Amino acid sequence: MSVGALSRRRNALWYAALVHRLSGLGLAVFLPLHFLTLALAVEDGARLDGFFRFADMPAVKLGETGLVFLLAVHFLGGLRILFVENFTWRGNQAKLASAAGGLAMLLAFVFLIRVL
Amino acid sequence: MTPSGKPDLSVSIWRGGADGAYRTYSVPSRDSQTVLDVVTYVQRHLDPTLSYRFACRVGMCGSCAMTVNGRPRWTCRTHVSRVAKGDKLTVGPLENLPVVKDLATDMRPFFEKWQDAKGVFEPSKTRDDAIEPIRPDTRQRQLADAGVECINCGVCYAACDTVKWNTDYLGPAALNRAWTLANDVRDAGQTERLQAVASGGGCHACHSHQSCQEHCPQTLNPTASIAGLKRLTALAYLRGEIEA
Amino acid sequence: MNVRLYVWQRGTAALMAPLVLVHLAVIFYATRQGLTAADILGRTRGSITWGLFYGVFVLAAAIHASIGLRNILVEWVPGLRSRAAALISTAFGAVLVALGARAVAAVVLG
Repeated sequence: MSVGALSRRRNALWYAALVHRLSGLGLAVFLPLHFLTLALAVEDGARLDGFFRFADMPAVKLGETGLVFLLAVHFLGGLRILFVENFTWRGNQAKLASAAGGLAMLLAFVFLIRVL
Repeated sequence: MTPSGKPDLSVSIWRGGADGAYRTYSVPSRDSQTVLDVVTYVQRHLDPTLSYRFACRVGMCGSCAMTVNGRPRWTCRTHVSRVAKGDKLTVGPLENLPVVKDLATDMRPFFEKWQDAKGVFEPSKTRDDAIEPIRPDTRQRQLADAGVECINCGVCYAACDTVKWNTDYLGPAALNRAWTLANDVRDAGQTERLQAVASGGGCHACHSHQSCQEHCPQTLNPTASIAGLKRLTALAYLRGEIEA
Repeated sequence: MNVRLYVWQRGTAALMAPLVLVHLAVIFYATRQGLTAADILGRTRGSITWGLFYGVFVLAAAIHASIGLRNILVEWVPGLRSRAAALISTAFGAVLVALGARAVAAVVLG
């Protein structure tokens, strides 16, 4: 048994930092694929259209919804960090972080409704 | 049962070094009892070999911090009634520091990082100079005042997840101290200090989890202090005053 | 993370904040009735504005992601030397710049 076996529960901002890190990692993994796909647009774009027909599958749309969430939550969470680090301190950071997560989910959901 | 009519407390206390284990003791419950009272009772009445640290008993010296029911706390100002789960109490040594024995940790890494962060006042005047008046309503003095009541208890250091996964990280207390000195207009060691806290384990390693603020018994906000250091060091770097 | 990496990472973050906002708006606008190459290329082909926009975006994202990856490697991969972490993340950033430049060229130049 280790001393820390009964370690305290993580706080909300620990989760916020984790979400920020994992969403950033997810976006970093996606970016090369994003760039490779866009490079299909050379010449008349026929190959890109071929990809778009493949991407019409609902499963792909779900994946895209996930990506919109990752981008939105990384953007909003990042803004929160920039404000915390560069402006006069404001309380309620846990609430703001939760709001960022909620807003990102809402945005992703609106995207899903539009494309599905 | 005790005269107060309350059932005894079941207290698990860490015994041994890093590879030790929790041992459970039965301690009479009393009114207005602090966690430090409980630990003291165990040592005085049940097992005199129990090691722990305390001095002032009134929340000034910062030597009695322990892990109580999974949270780092100053035990002399922590009432059992506020933290006990049922009649159970678990008391361990602070996390993120080497265990010497039982509830006593080796605080050396904590204080060495205090030195590494240049948490020492560097005088700019001699004893022959007149005392420099510092107006309490200046912005810099107010920023320093906001963080100056640290009692070096190590609670924030034990609560910090960044300390846990980055052993080089100077930690909230040392950086908070550096921030108070960075706002001391009498200090002559500013550039060296900013250089010290801008290194690999310095203020930029902070993830703003705010566990330090959440746990600080003095209700300080080391995260805000560290954010201040991030700004100061970034500006100093852009001005070419410090190096990466 | 040292102060140099910090300034670059937060600097690119601040630079990208408005770019991401525009990007999100374009995502919602472009998907209003399904994506087509003609729709996208009609916007971007020969456009200096979009070329600059995506060029800066790619460069900032590559720097930002590379530093982020380095931090993750240093903090989460035990035993990995900081030199190795720097090498891996720099290589990743270079790949992003190369692939991103190719993509921008494809949608802007044709």
